Amino acid sequence: MFDRRLVQNFDWTLLLLLLLISAVSLINLYSATYPIRGAGGAQIFVKQIYWFLMGFMVLLAMTTFDYHHLERLAYPLYFFALLLLIIVFFLGDVRSGSQRWISFGAISFQPSEFIKVCMVITLAKFFNDHAQLSEYRLRDLWLPFLQTAVAALLVLKQPDLGTALLLVIVSFSIILFAKVRWRSLLFLVLCTVTSVPFLWMSLKAYQQRRILTFLNPDLDPLGAGYHINQSKIAIGSGLLWGKGFLEGTQTRLHFLPERHTDFAFSVLAEEWGFAGALILLALYFFVILWGINIARSSKDRFGVMIAVGVVAILFWQTAINVSMTTGLLPVVGIPLAMLSYGGSSIISTMIGMGLLMNISMRRFMFQ
Amino acid sequence: MEAFSTRLKIFVIIAAAAFGVLILRLWLLQVVHGPEYRVKSENNRIQLQDIPPFRGMIFDRNGELLVDNRPSFDLFLIPEDIQNRKNLAESIHRLISLDPGYVIEKLKEGSSQYGFRPIPIKRNLSRDEVAVLEASFFNLPGAAIQVKPRRFYVMNDFASHVIGYLGEINDRQLKSGRHPDGKPGDLIGQFGVERIRQKELQGMRGGEQVEVDAAGRRLAVLSRKPPIAGENLALTLDKNLQLAAQKALSGKKGAIVAINPMNGEILAMASSPSYNPNIFIEGLDRSEWSDLTTSKDFPLQNRAIQGQYPPGSIFKIVVALAGLEEGLIDPREPVFCGGIFKLGTQTFRCWRKQGHGKVDLHRALVESCDVYFYTLGRRLGVDKIAKYAKMCGLGRASGFELGSEKEGLIPTSEWKLKRFGVPWQPGETISTSIGQSFVLVTPIQMARLIGAFFNGGFLYEPRVVKWVGKEGEESYKFTPHQGAKIRAKEEHLALLRDALIGAVNEPRGTGSKCKIKEGRVAGKTGTAQVISLDKERSFGKKDAIPPELKDHAWFVALATAENPVLALAVLIENGGGGGSAAAPIAAELIRAYLGRVEGDQVVASTN
Repeated sequence: MFDRRLVQNFDWTLLLLLLLISAVSLINLYSATYPIRGAGGAQIFVKQIYWFLMGFMVLLAMTTFDYHHLERLAYPLYFFALLLLIIVFFLGDVRSGSQRWISFGAISFQPSEFIKVCMVITLAKFFNDHAQLSEYRLRDLWLPFLQTAVAALLVLKQPDLGTALLLVIVSFSIILFAKVRWRSLLFLVLCTVTSVPFLWMSLKAYQQRRILTFLNPDLDPLGAGYHINQSKIAIGSGLLWGKGFLEGTQTRLHFLPERHTDFAFSVLAEEWGFAGALILLALYFFVILWGINIARSSKDRFGVMIAVGVVAILFWQTAINVSMTTGLLPVVGIPLAMLSYGGSSIISTMIGMGLLMNISMRRFMFQ
Repeated sequence: MEAFSTRLKIFVIIAAAAFGVLILRLWLLQVVHGPEYRVKSENNRIQLQDIPPFRGMIFDRNGELLVDNRPSFDLFLIPEDIQNRKNLAESIHRLISLDPGYVIEKLKEGSSQYGFRPIPIKRNLSRDEVAVLEASFFNLPGAAIQVKPRRFYVMNDFASHVIGYLGEINDRQLKSGRHPDGKPGDLIGQFGVERIRQKELQGMRGGEQVEVDAAGRRLAVLSRKPPIAGENLALTLDKNLQLAAQKALSGKKGAIVAINPMNGEILAMASSPSYNPNIFIEGLDRSEWSDLTTSKDFPLQNRAIQGQYPPGSIFKIVVALAGLEEGLIDPREPVFCGGIFKLGTQTFRCWRKQGHGKVDLHRALVESCDVYFYTLGRRLGVDKIAKYAKMCGLGRASGFELGSEKEGLIPTSEWKLKRFGVPWQPGETISTSIGQSFVLVTPIQMARLIGAFFNGGFLYEPRVVKWVGKEGEESYKFTPHQGAKIRAKEEHLALLRDALIGAVNEPRGTGSKCKIKEGRVAGKTGTAQVISLDKERSFGKKDAIPPELKDHAWFVALATAENPVLALAVLIENGGGGGSAAAPIAAELIRAYLGRVEGDQVVASTN
C-alpha cells in the first residue's frame, strides 16, 4: 500500500529545521561540556550525537505508517506509559533526589518524557471520538481530566515538578483548543485559584524555596537564588554578539549550573549573544508555525488534534525554559527540547516531530 | 478542517506574543543591561589575590643580620588527590614520624566542600624532613610542600625585648586607621622595634589578578603587581656586646643597659628572663600565651625600661651633687661614721657594721658610707634631693623611642601628703638619701645618669634605631637628641667623677671588682634592699635569707674615664651586693667591648 505521493509530500522543510536545531545543539553542547583543563567531558557530546542519530531514525520510522492506526493504539500506549511510570517507582535509578530513570545497561530512559506524546495521542483520540459536540462542558471532560491527573501525579511523585506541570499545561491547551464552554472555563479558573494554597502545601521544601527565590532572588544568592543569578549573568554578559565559541566564562568556569541540561540556552546566549539567541528562537518559532500549518492542512480532526498537541509541547517547553533561564519564571526544571542534553527528551521530541511529518505527508490522502 | 482555522490563528498569535516577550526580555538582559552583567561575569571570573611583601630585614650597628625572612616549607595534603587516607598517614609517619591519628584528625577538621583546598599538616619542616618527603612524593599522592616567606629571628631570643615580635592584627588596630592597608590575618609588629617601625618595615603588598573557576580554583594569572619590599633597618645595638650581656644574665633575673654616653645610642639592652620571638610566628596556642603573660618572672617585660627598683647607693651620686650645688657641704669636711646614725629615737645603720671612721665626700662615695649621706640628706631635706634627682633625669621617662617606659619615682613631701594623706617623716629623708624609702628608678635611667657626668651633663634621649632604608640612602638616620642638661658647676661634676673613678680604682672602693687593666673605669655600686637591714640581720647568716628577699644588686659603670664610650647599668634582681654580684659582670662587658672597639671604632662611636 506504499504510495508514491508520500515521497513527493515528504516534509523537507521540517527536516531541515530539525537538522539545523540539532547542529546548533551539538555545537552548544560541545562548549557546555568542554572541560576546564585536560581531556574528558567529551563523553556527553558523543552520546548526544548518538541520541540525535537515533532520534532521526525514530523520526523517519514515525513516518512509515499511517497515523490513523494510532486511534486504535491510543489507550494501549497510554496504559503502557503509565505502567512504565509505575515501574520507575520500584526499579528506577535515584539521581540527585528524584527517581526518573529506568536503565537498560548503558542506556537509561525517562518514562515521563514518553508519557507526553502518549498523552497527546490519547487526548486526540478522545476529541476525535467525541466530535459531535461543538462545545464541551466539564462533565463531558471527566476522562481527559482523569487521564491528565493520573499521569501528572505519577510524574509529580518522582518528583519532577517541571514535567508534571508541562503535562497539565499541554493537556489544558489541547482541551481549550477543542473548545470548552465559557461558563465551564470560568468555573475551572475559579477552582484553580482556590486550590493554589493546597498545591503550595503539597510542594517539597526545595520547590517552595525555588519559587520564593524567584520572587526575590536576593533572598539567597548563594543557595537557591544562585541558579537564577548566574544564568542571568551568563545571558546578560553575552551582549549583542556573544563572547564567542568556548569563550563563555560563566560556562567554561562552571559558574553556570546545569550547563548542558536545563541551562543550555544560557550557554548559547552567553557565547553567541543576543544575535545567536534570536536565531535559535527563530528556528523554534518556524517549527511551531510549520506545525500549526500542518494542523491547518490536516484533513481530519484526529490529525489536527495530534499536530496541535505536539506543537503545544514544543511551544510550552521553549517558552517555559527560556523564561526560566532569563529569570521570568521560577526554576522548575524543564529542559529545552533538542538543545538540552538528554536521550529521552530527544527521542520523545523526535516521535512528536515524526508524527507531524506523518500528518504532513498524508494531508492529500483520503480515506 | 475549516472549523479549526480561527483557533489555529489564535494559537499563532499566542505563540508570536510569547516569543515577542522572550525576545524583549533577552534584549533587556543582553543589550540594555548587558554591560552590567558583563561586569558581574568578570567579577565572578577574576579574583584579586594578595602577594605579601618581603618585610624589611633588621641588622645590628655593624650590619650583622638579626632578623630575616626565611622560606618556610609547609606540608599540605590535598584531599581530592588522596587515594587512601590511612596509608598516606602511615607513610608520613614512617618518613617524618608524625602521629598518623593526628594527620587523619587534621584532614577531618580541614575538610571542606572544596577537595582541592590544601590542608596544612605541618608547618616549618626541617631541611631533612623536606628532603625525605620530596624523595618519596611519588608514593604520597595528595601530599604537597608549599613555600612561604616567614619572619625569622636569626638568633632566637637575641635582644627580643628591643626587636619585639609580630602578631596578628586585631580588630582595634584595624579600626584605628593606623594600618590603612591592614587586612584581617596580617602579621604586624606588636612590640619593640617591629611595632614602632611597622610602617617602614612592612612594605607594600602586591596583588595578582587570577582567573578562577566557580569553586575558586586558580586557573591563570591575568596580571600581577609585584609587592614592594619593606625597608631594612639597623639597630644601634652591638651584636657582641648584646650577646655578652645576655650571657651574663642567663639564669638570672635582671637587666643590662649599655649606652654610648656621647650620643645616647643603645649599644646593648638585655632583660632576663626573655623569650624567643619565633614562637609568635609559629603561632602560640592559648596555654603557651598565658604561660608567657602570667609567669611571675614576666619574660615579656623589658626590665631595662619597665623594671622599677630602688637605686640603693647609686643615688648617693645625686645626693652628693645636691649637697655640693646647694653649698651645704664642703667636700673636705669629714663626717664621723661609727656605723650608726641616730635621729630622735630612730637608729639608722651603715652597711659597714663597724663604721668607716672619719670620711670626707670623696671617701664616702668610694666606700659608699651610709652615715655620711644620712648626715648630708638630713641637711638637704627630701625636696632638695628630689630637685636634683629630677635634674638628673630621674622620676620621668628617658624619652627612649620604644616607648612603654616606666618613669620610676622620686618622692617629695608634697607627693607623700597627696598620695598617703600623711606628712613626710624626717626618718624617710634619711633612707631616701641612700636611695631607699620610696625612690624607684629604671636601669636605663641609671646608665644615662652615669653617662651624663662624663659628657658635660647631657641627658641624651636613648635611641635604638640607627638607620632605616638603605645604607647610604636612608629614609631615617640616627641623630643624637640632647634632652635635658644637668646644670651643675663643672668643678662639682669633676669632684664626683673623681669619686666614681675612685670607687673602682682606689683601695677599699666598693666597685673594685670592676677594675680592669685595659682602661680606667668609673662606677658606683648599689645594693637595693628588698627588706630592711634589721630584718636582714635577723636571719643571722646571709645565706639564710630566702632568694626572693635578697637584695637587688646594682652597678653603674663608665669606660673609660679618659675616653667615655660606654655607660653601663647592670641590675641583678635578688643578686645580693652590687659590688660582688653586679660589678664583675660590668667588668667583663667593658673588657669585651673595649677589646674590640679599640682604635678607629672608638673614635667613630664617640663623635
